Amino acid sequence: MNELAITVIGRDRPGIVADVAEALARLGANLTDSTMTRLRGHFAMTLICVGPAAAEVEAALAPLAADGQLLATVRAVTPDGRTAPAGEPYVMAVHGADRMGIVAAMTRVLADSGGNVTDLSTRLTGSLYVVVAEVELPPGSSDEVAGRLARTAAELGVGVSLRPADPDLL
Amino acid sequence: MTAEYVGLGGWTPEALGVPGEVRPVVAAPDPVLSRPGPEVDPTSAEVVRLAADLVATMRVSPGCVGLAAPQVGVSAQVFAVDITGHPKAVTVHGTFVLCNAKVVEASRWKAGREGCMSVPDLTGDVKRASRLVVEGVLPGSGAPVRLVTDGFEARALQHEIDHCAGLLFLDRVAGAHAVYQRKVYL
Repeated sequence: MNELAITVIGRDRPGIVADVAEALARLGANLTDSTMTRLRGHFAMTLICVGPAAAEVEAALAPLAADGQLLATVRAVTPDGRTAPAGEPYVMAVHGADRMGIVAAMTRVLADSGGNVTDLSTRLTGSLYVVVAEVELPPGSSDEVAGRLARTAAELGVGVSLRPADPDLL
Repeated sequence: MTAEYVGLGGWTPEALGVPGEVRPVVAAPDPVLSRPGPEVDPTSAEVVRLAADLVATMRVSPGCVGLAAPQVGVSAQVFAVDITGHPKAVTVHGTFVLCNAKVVEASRWKAGREGCMSVPDLTGDVKRASRLVVEGVLPGSGAPVRLVTDGFEARALQHEIDHCAGLLFLDRVAGAHAVYQRKVYL
């Protein structure tokens, strides 16, 4: 069974999800994990699907990209990239005046601390820049990481908080 | 001697004895919102005026159920709250202003969506205690107050006490997908 990583991005309009999902369904491609969201007027889909060969999916998506408004990529990947959690789950929130390099600097601190970002989103609204990242940290390292993040944030003139992710399950 | 904390005792903003003036509300990323505010002398004329101005500014702001000093550009532990008439209100203490307030008991944590006049374009999911005991002092008299509340008023109090500590709801959002572009403006 082929596992494919697919991205589709382009100017938002009604029907992008339906068009892409239909094309995949016709090929018998099974959509597994995905995120699909609108980013400042562009619609971005990132998905993993299982089934046909990459070339078949590329051909099926080509008509959607024909008008130049959508860009689709298809890549075969190694199946089952499932990994066990590397550590303790935390949420890092950063906010402050927008400037170059906030995500780069803050995620470098996490990476250098052995942290693994599992989810991250950013928002720019007016001059306010907000980053929220979910990160797995090596056990017992959070205090030290929080200190390093605070120092880097101070250099950037932004605020940062690092809190344990809510473990509650219903 | 330990001060004896009691309820609001029928306090209203009229007790401040000065008319409030509407002040401009500052928005993130203004650094005053990220700075922990110092404790204040609740009996000082400056704090009494600030308290009256917070109430006045809260009252002219549609949908505003609370306003803290940093939101009008003053780094200080003072805030106004009034959730009267809000559809999510359970316990309601009317309009009040507290100085130097602290959470002394918090339990029954629940997630809920929050917005903020100082972060006008975003909302976020934040877990807050729905049973809360807060201690502070009243502006003007300096009388100690112990407020026992719940539900939406408890959420509002925690949000305002956070402002006084230099924290926004953004500092407490539940995860990477818990911040939303605001769709409805009041």
